[in-house]
Amino acid sequence: MAISTSIWIWIAALLTLSIYSFLYKDNPFYKFSEKILVGISIGYTVSIYFHNTIIAKVWNPLVHDHNFLVIVPLILGLLMFSRLFKGKAYLSRIPIAFVVGTGCGMSIPSSFENLFKQVQGTMPQVFTIGNIIILIGVLSTLIYFFFSVEHKGIIGKVTRVGITFIMIGFGAAFGATIMARISLFIGRIQFLLGDWLGIIS
Amino acid sequence: MIKGKGIPLAISFLTGTIIIIAFFIPHAPFGSFEEISLRWYSIIAGFTMLLGVDSLLRLHTNKIKRKENHWAYSIVLLFGFLLIVIVGIISTIRYGNAFLTGSGFMYMYDNMIIPLQSTMFSLLAFFIASAAYRAFRARNFDATLLLITAIIVMFGRVPISEMISPKIPIFTEWIMSVPQMAAKRGIIIGIALGAIGVSLRIILGIERSYLS
Repeated sequence: MAISTSIWIWIAALLTLSIYSFLYKDNPFYKFSEKILVGISIGYTVSIYFHNTIIAKVWNPLVHDHNFLVIVPLILGLLMFSRLFKGKAYLSRIPIAFVVGTGCGMSIPSSFENLFKQVQGTMPQVFTIGNIIILIGVLSTLIYFFFSVEHKGIIGKVTRVGITFIMIGFGAAFGATIMARISLFIGRIQFLLGDWLGIIS
Repeated sequence: MIKGKGIPLAISFLTGTIIIIAFFIPHAPFGSFEEISLRWYSIIAGFTMLLGVDSLLRLHTNKIKRKENHWAYSIVLLFGFLLIVIVGIISTIRYGNAFLTGSGFMYMYDNMIIPLQSTMFSLLAFFIASAAYRAFRARNFDATLLLITAIIVMFGRVPISEMISPKIPIFTEWIMSVPQMAAKRGIIIGIALGAIGVSLRIILGIERSYLS
């Protein structure tokens, strides 16, 4: 394999190296790449919103289906910008109230579903050592987060078990996160050595 | 009246309540109201994002105007933003859809956003590890437990662990599916109960801080 001649591969490789240069110390190359990332990411997010929401849910229904009801959320959305005008900021409470109310309305059934699924998963159908450990772990973790009772005596001992489970849980989550990041790192190194420099196939 | 919190509280109560009812009675009129509400929700929620983008762009424009420290990097940020928006518009005109494979917009996504984001996330591996070393040094039993579990999980997920002993990856999987799962479930149940409590408080108008 030979070194890449694609301009896009070169751009990706140089931006990758600029980001990694931060491992040495903060420098202009890193700052440049960081700002480019922020700029194009927000531009991309705005484009997605424009394409998936404004065009698909506002423009098309309004122009092609003559559904004039979509003007209401459009006006409510524009009211968000009233926050920028002193004396008119109170108008932004209306769309915020709609978003928060709808969000809470969606959150309650889904949280109950999640809650019941977790409780169902915790209840052992077959008594194995693993299932009993899970049951003890879930109960002790929940009791640890119950601050209405002082963690003393028997409750204190149960919360101690809860902390142990929480620490194992955090440790495992931490280890898994590190490994996920390491796999991304390996992916970038493979790109640099393979796609860019052509040293590995 | 319009300046007060009465109308927003009534809107929160009505929308929240109807969405909950529609979950249990997904027929007319609640079902169609839920569908309309969710469509409106996605449109309005997007404007909050636009408000954030506006705030960020304003901040950097002001930085350039006042020639504050590192103002040149603000130009880079604005340039990146304008570049992808312009390329997106050109791609839409040329291909009819900017998100088609082969468009300049998607080239920018594949060769700038993806590598930059994955490099940034991979960079975090080094910083998480060094921060964790400082924070979780084996000072007591709990910290030691956390550290040992993390090391076992990391070691159990690389091929060399299986070469040393096939029991190491099995033990790692046991940690993930038993004690880790127990703690995770406890936390998820706590979060779900908390989310239900906060949502009810907002719908019933007890929690009003979001309107301040």
